[in-house]
Amino acid sequence: MSAQTDPLYPGMTLEAADRDSHDAAEPVIFGFWIFLMSDLLLFAVLFATYAAMSTHGQADAPGPRELFELGSIFIETMLLLGSTFTFGMASLAMKYDQGAGAVVFWMVVTGLLGAGFLGFEISDFYQFAVIEGAPPQASGFLSSFYALVATHGLHVASALVWMVVMFVQIAVFGLSREVKLRIMRLALFWHMLDVVWVGIFTFVFLFGVVQ
Amino acid sequence: MNKRLTPKIDAACKRDLRQYTIGYVLAMILSLAAFVIVWQGLVAGLTALAVLSVLATVQIVVHFHYFLHIGLEKSHRDDLYLILFTVLIVALMVAGTIWILYDQHSRM
Repeated sequence: MSAQTDPLYPGMTLEAADRDSHDAAEPVIFGFWIFLMSDLLLFAVLFATYAAMSTHGQADAPGPRELFELGSIFIETMLLLGSTFTFGMASLAMKYDQGAGAVVFWMVVTGLLGAGFLGFEISDFYQFAVIEGAPPQASGFLSSFYALVATHGLHVASALVWMVVMFVQIAVFGLSREVKLRIMRLALFWHMLDVVWVGIFTFVFLFGVVQ
Repeated sequence: MNKRLTPKIDAACKRDLRQYTIGYVLAMILSLAAFVIVWQGLVAGLTALAVLSVLATVQIVVHFHYFLHIGLEKSHRDDLYLILFTVLIVALMVAGTIWILYDQHSRM
């Protein structure tokens, strides 16, 4: 795997502007992929639980059809998709050495979109749990719904914390090799969360309204 | 885009930018299609579930290709195998869970 000029690992490579960091990236990026895949397994089990509970576990509580409001789900989808694109711009700014300012700018835009997503999600949860009387303990469907969707939300929130930590590191160390490698892993994490969201908006919200 | 970049790297930068833009536009179209199908009630019942599943699967592949840069190139094989193996495990767990629980439910 060593003597080749191809990118050594998938994802946004640093080949163009920083050959040394590019070589150092291979093991840490592959290791992070292993984490991402194990994280995906966690979501898969939550999805499976939800699939069973959403049809058999509604009890007397409101079901998906009465509860879900697709308008805010659509806005959340657009916010997260936009943030995936802006993080791509941050990765490009880093790859092509356009300076820490450009990287931080695009990451701030990404972070704001991500925070907007979380804001809408929290307001959805409030709407469901408090206003419409459908808290997690009301039925098996609701327990598994909040477990799945909030686990995703928690991931987004921790990615935002990670982003803030990266801003501090950029301010202190500049775009050093270690900082670049950490931003690359954050980028993979962020893109993967959007993949999980595609599953959530399709299999939870759209399926719930159609059924 | 940047004065310090050589023409070759500049071309690579434009190519990468185009990749992200194509991915973003495709993902946007696929998401919109899924929501419009449900909003307009274009298809119903099991057909709707099938169409939505296909749209989601295509969108996930688009995300992996354009944003996570997973391809069929030799240098990407390790990661591709890792992802495909995970997909197998995920499919076994999800399909198995749903199968068993639906079966159990139909007996109650």
